[in-house]
Amino acid sequence: MAERINVLIVGVGGQGTLFAGKIIGEVAEKSGLDVKQSEVHGMAQRGGSVVTYVRIGDHVTSPLVEKGEADIIVAFEQLEALRWIEFLKPGGTVIVNEQRISPMPVIIGVAKYPANVFERLEKAGVKTIRVDAVALAAQCNNPKAVNIVLLGLLGRRLPMSRDLWTSAIAERSPAAARETNLEAFAKGWNIE
Amino acid sequence: MRKLLTGNEAIARGAYEAGVRVACAYPGTPSTEILENIAQYPEIDSQWSTNEKVAVEVAQGACFAGARVITAMKHVGVNVAADPLFTLGYNGVNGGFILVSADDPGMHSSQNEQDNRYYAKFMKYALLEPSDSQEAKDLVAAGLEISEQFDTPVMLRTTTRISHSKSLVELKERQEVPVKPYHKNVAKYFVVPANQRPKRPLIENRLERLAKFADTFPGNRVEGEGTEFAIITNGTGYLYAKEALGERATYLKLTMTWPLPSGLIRDFVAQHGKVYVIEEGEPFLEEQIKALGIPVTGKEIFPRIGELSTAIVREKLLGISLPLLSVDCTEIPGRPPVLCAGCPHRGVFSLVSKVADIVTSDIGCYSLGYMPPLNAGDTCIDMGASIPNALGFSKIMPDKKIVATIGDSTFLHSGITGLIDVVYNRGAVTVVILDNSITGMTGHQQNPATGFDIHGNPAPRICIEDLVRACGVKKLWVIDAYDLAEGEAALREALAAREPAVIIARRPCVLIHRDQVRVQCQIDESTCKACRSCMKIGCPAIELTDGKVRIDAKVCTGCGVCLQICKFNAIRKAGEKNG
Repeated sequence: MAERINVLIVGVGGQGTLFAGKIIGEVAEKSGLDVKQSEVHGMAQRGGSVVTYVRIGDHVTSPLVEKGEADIIVAFEQLEALRWIEFLKPGGTVIVNEQRISPMPVIIGVAKYPANVFERLEKAGVKTIRVDAVALAAQCNNPKAVNIVLLGLLGRRLPMSRDLWTSAIAERSPAAARETNLEAFAKGWNIE
Repeated sequence: MRKLLTGNEAIARGAYEAGVRVACAYPGTPSTEILENIAQYPEIDSQWSTNEKVAVEVAQGACFAGARVITAMKHVGVNVAADPLFTLGYNGVNGGFILVSADDPGMHSSQNEQDNRYYAKFMKYALLEPSDSQEAKDLVAAGLEISEQFDTPVMLRTTTRISHSKSLVELKERQEVPVKPYHKNVAKYFVVPANQRPKRPLIENRLERLAKFADTFPGNRVEGEGTEFAIITNGTGYLYAKEALGERATYLKLTMTWPLPSGLIRDFVAQHGKVYVIEEGEPFLEEQIKALGIPVTGKEIFPRIGELSTAIVREKLLGISLPLLSVDCTEIPGRPPVLCAGCPHRGVFSLVSKVADIVTSDIGCYSLGYMPPLNAGDTCIDMGASIPNALGFSKIMPDKKIVATIGDSTFLHSGITGLIDVVYNRGAVTVVILDNSITGMTGHQQNPATGFDIHGNPAPRICIEDLVRACGVKKLWVIDAYDLAEGEAALREALAAREPAVIIARRPCVLIHRDQVRVQCQIDESTCKACRSCMKIGCPAIELTDGKVRIDAKVCTGCGVCLQICKFNAIRKAGEKNG
């Protein structure tokens, strides 16, 4: 593979973005590609807006993805898709989980949650894949597997084999959640 | 074998491979995971220390006793530990000594963006700066060798993007390094003036020898043959410069940045003429290079504020900005970090906010209490400042109700000295210790009051109330942080007492006991008057939609604080009947 692939995973602290990032890194590493990844820990994790940068290719230098460079953004939450959309390369794809998590200014009524996230993306002609990952995870009897569903959607768009993904997820899942996590991954993978 | 590691994990691995025997730290983002990972190696005696100064002093003792040691802290932690660190610059070492300073340009999780490379120069240490995880690991071994060869402490300085970025690292086996014999040597280790004066010229001589070594250090090297640009760079700057300029530039990549490899730099500039210095943060390299009389271009065009990036290098040197999508991004509400649903601090902050005139706060999760709607906080400066800050306020504003808020770990770190000061100086200050039985903000590290050590094994538990009493505090309450009536009564009594008073508000961090099932709260819509009092506690589970207040069952932990706030008895535990 000649080109580098740049991915952003964005969401709200506590949604499992760090775990998703960990799996992506492992899978890229196992497939023999160079990979660099960057994320921020600490304060931002307490319900704040969080981002993980992932860069995969034959050779990667900087661990950061710059504005206008991301091939794919996976937004675990609607509003976060909009917040980070400047990072998407024109022609890139954004995968948006329909879940809405109100930030504190909205909760206390000093700001409004934008009602038209998808319309705004559509109006700008952004290639958007819209998914109700919460519902799909619930269908697998594992409401916590929202991040795994989203990994499935991302996985089929990256140059690593499906087997590597499923074995990494199986390895990282607690025994009780293994089957439902694999099912959640398949649900995501099957969305074209 | 290659493995994908963060810079912090790589430093831990480096300590293991290089035969380190003792590792000490106090948690602080972005350094915390270094010790967490070192603790997984049974060959290394690792510990959380009470604060950074103590960590350095423990490491120092082990180093004098002949072992290789490492101590790690965030940039501002070096301020706390500066006293023993400066003197160690004079003492030198027996076993190798590495100080990791994890700086935070951009202030992702910090109160300033101090560039600790200046400390290395000021303390007369050798300074190493990695650009990725492989270098971070390799520089631990290289640093320990420099430390032992030159009898000098070494600073390994990282930044957030090195600490928390992952890249592939080649792993090696551990090299056992025997403990060096300890010989009593007061001239070296006992720092009375008569012993220190003779060391001054030796230290200057050591720096000269280190500068010559830096010229030949393999980590300082010329890369590439590009003719358009000549770049001197270090750390993250190297990554961004290479990403932006690729083969169009020639790079002098510096990994040992103090003492400055002046010979290499002179040669490089002589060969290339116009040279740019690309470094994140302050113009540390640039100033030293210019002081040698060598003209270079740096902060004239690159920012010293915040993080550097590939985009900045691209724009400044190539005049290129990438095309961006034009999506309507107006009116996007911010998403600041918040106290978690069920956080035991929430109820206490709502009371403090209601009762106190001035609230001096501290570093940790309680720094989140100042934001609306809780608004519980006037000041937050540094670890332990809340208590002495309150004393200072009380001297000038004796009629105001002044409350200091501090956590359990921070109280032990450096709050206790402030409390002694309050008692000794007859201060009328009320201190609320928010004891959630863990070091929370940095991701749940044990501390002396939790009863567990770094490995999670049972350890002697320091009793905070005993400490408070031993400081001479007569007015002491221990309350349940979820019980607002009890808390308010204690706060009012404490403030009325006009003498040093301490309230310990205790409840474990809600994230520790996530499995614990409590009955969730619900709002009875027929009783709710939508007065929004419950929203004044800023719980992420309570939301106003279409004029109605609702509790999100996915988020509520059933702490019951909102239920105590509601004047209309409209909130109750699920399943309970109308009361």
